[in-house]
Amino acid sequence: MKLSVRTAGLAAFAALLATACAPQTSTNSSSDEDEKTGTLRVWLFREVGNAPKEKVVDRVVADFEKTHQGAEVDVEYIPVDTRAQRVKAAFNDPGSAPDVMEYGNTDTAGYVRDGGLLDVTREFGDWREAKDTDPTAKQSVTVDGKLYGAPFYVGVRALYYRTDVFEELGLSVPRTMDELASTAREIRAARPELYGLVVGGAYTYGAMPFVWANGGELASGKGGSYASGIDSPQARKGIKAYTSLFGDDNCPAATCAGMGGNDTVSAFAAGKAGMAIGGDFSHTAVEAGKVKGKYAVVPLPGVKAGSIAPAFAGGNNIGVLKSTSHRTLAVQLMKRLASKKTQGELFDAMGFLPTFTDVRQQAARREPFVKPFVRTLSAGTEFVPASPAWAQIDSSLVLPTMFQEVISGKKDVTKASEDAAKKMNSAFGSAG
Amino acid sequence: MSSVNDRSAVKTPAAATAAAVTAPRPPNRTADARGGRTTRGAARGSGGWTPWLYLAPALLVLGGLLVYPIYQLGLISFFEYTQAQVSGGEPATFEGFGNYGRLFGDPQFWQVLLATVLFAAACVVSTLAVGCALAVLLTRVRAVPRLALMLAALGAWATPAVTGSTVWLFLFDPDFGPVNRMLGLGDHAWTYGRLSAFFLVLLEVVWCSFPFVMVTVYAGIRAVPGEVLEAAALDGASQWRIWRSVLAPMLRPILVVVTIQSVIWDFKVFTQIYVMTNGGGIAGQNLVLNVYAYQQAFASSQYGLGSAVGIVMLLILLAVTLVYLRLLRRQGEEL
Repeated sequence: MKLSVRTAGLAAFAALLATACAPQTSTNSSSDEDEKTGTLRVWLFREVGNAPKEKVVDRVVADFEKTHQGAEVDVEYIPVDTRAQRVKAAFNDPGSAPDVMEYGNTDTAGYVRDGGLLDVTREFGDWREAKDTDPTAKQSVTVDGKLYGAPFYVGVRALYYRTDVFEELGLSVPRTMDELASTAREIRAARPELYGLVVGGAYTYGAMPFVWANGGELASGKGGSYASGIDSPQARKGIKAYTSLFGDDNCPAATCAGMGGNDTVSAFAAGKAGMAIGGDFSHTAVEAGKVKGKYAVVPLPGVKAGSIAPAFAGGNNIGVLKSTSHRTLAVQLMKRLASKKTQGELFDAMGFLPTFTDVRQQAARREPFVKPFVRTLSAGTEFVPASPAWAQIDSSLVLPTMFQEVISGKKDVTKASEDAAKKMNSAFGSAG
Repeated sequence: MSSVNDRSAVKTPAAATAAAVTAPRPPNRTADARGGRTTRGAARGSGGWTPWLYLAPALLVLGGLLVYPIYQLGLISFFEYTQAQVSGGEPATFEGFGNYGRLFGDPQFWQVLLATVLFAAACVVSTLAVGCALAVLLTRVRAVPRLALMLAALGAWATPAVTGSTVWLFLFDPDFGPVNRMLGLGDHAWTYGRLSAFFLVLLEVVWCSFPFVMVTVYAGIRAVPGEVLEAAALDGASQWRIWRSVLAPMLRPILVVVTIQSVIWDFKVFTQIYVMTNGGGIAGQNLVLNVYAYQQAFASSQYGLGSAVGIVMLLILLAVTLVYLRLLRRQGEEL
């Protein structure tokens, strides 16, 4: 016993000596090897109800293995909640890293700076199908003019509303943002047990359309240098519009200030709200709730009648890891996984909106439910700054803090947006 | 061991280690006396090294598990060390006190630090008060209620922090919570106000940490000779007086350990705040240092900055502990 303890201690001491005088870094340089046979490891996200996704992917893999003799594909589904740790670990230890990986599109710039993703600009340009890719989707794989993967699917939010409540109260679907607010208050006044439009202080992507619709921007700039635009007069107008929805006449601050996106969708699904801002990906959750069959979806209205508020284009991409030793094979597999055919099949299986405009139009014809989302996408969407600083801004909750400061009356819009802009700029500055 | 005087029977681990260190000597001496094969010089030499030899395993383990990580923590805090550096995307650059400068330049850090100190102090005082009161109560009730109280306390102690926090949050839930229904508060949201949110978390922290204080102090009270208490009672001392003038001084070493433990635990509260206030409350109003460090540094992979927060916390805790020990010592009690 003592001996083993001592050996452990000695090992630790040896490790101490080995780590001379700088913290450890991994030697995650790009691999020069390009083997044409062997096993390709793939990480995809494990969705709620993953079986249909697996079926589609299995078909793609079988097909790929048939056309590439000697290549084997090993697909692993990783939980979404812990993906950040998994991916960090993969970047730290190329030995255990996959060759091809699905990743959230807001993570692109961060992963590129971490040195994890392979530049596939040339291959993407040579790819015949790529010309139909939706520009915002393409922007979500682009950092400094180079492409680091292929868009896999997009997710976008729109306005869910209760058809039964609207009918009962004789309301019409709001056509402008002002109408949206007044309709929400009317619902609350007539049915005090409901939130008019359920909103959340921590629901950044539900709040941003208000900023964008008013002409505001998260940040402006290209390439390496970004500057926050959250304190511009237009952005402030949007912040004011969103935060004014918190109050006893719509969504009481005490309960709504702490809510995130999922909370608002849950409230709507449970029949506690007249309207909510939810994604195409929220469809299953709402269908499983009390309001099944009693709701409809329209694009979130913009400032002027008939316009659509720009939505955040969320979604996932497929990328190749820099450390792969099967470069050619991995890029080919990436193209297969993100191809028009696969995306069309995944839409039918999982409801993921395709990133190719033509495939998306076909999908909307097959499944009328997605029409408002496709219309939202066609009206033009916005994306987060393609800067590695975004991950930092996101995880240090700069924007939720700003909205919550205004909602709880700790600061006024001017001061809160000024402080948020300062924090964003310091993140942009340090992350370069 | 029983022949040792009474005071050291309740002494702190320090005394126990000292005893363990001196214990190995006698076998050496008997070997000397019996065989006389070893020369005096060699005996003295090995005598000088023997304690270290016996201490070596513990020292190596401590060194490996404590000193080395702290060394690494300190080292990283002087570098720009983010995910890009860990995974080799960029070289690690030495920044000197850059991380500390950024930290101290952030007004939010000072707010959070103040909130942490006040919150931890409130938690420590409440935990000690509740724990000691219940320990005294334990000595004064019959077996069945004592068992019930013990079991309840152990249950609270054994509950994982995440579970405890979630349950407390549910109890105070605006829509479904029984507390609001019982108090007739309607849909009052406890986590909305800064103080009420901190108060809610304080309740949970006290609930899950008083059993340790209670059990330890209870054990200490049982070790106090009955005659002393009897004598005090015969002299006409009130319960409060007995606690203040007899029990508390005799329990001082135990109370010291319990207090330091509580200070360290409550200063480092993470789970309760993270779970109950949803990662720091509305607009970060309920942040404490540990959650702040996690959010500012580790969630966004700025390990250098996170390490700097860690070092600052370490220094504060060391300072608090040293000052506290020093104060006690000045009062005349040798530890």
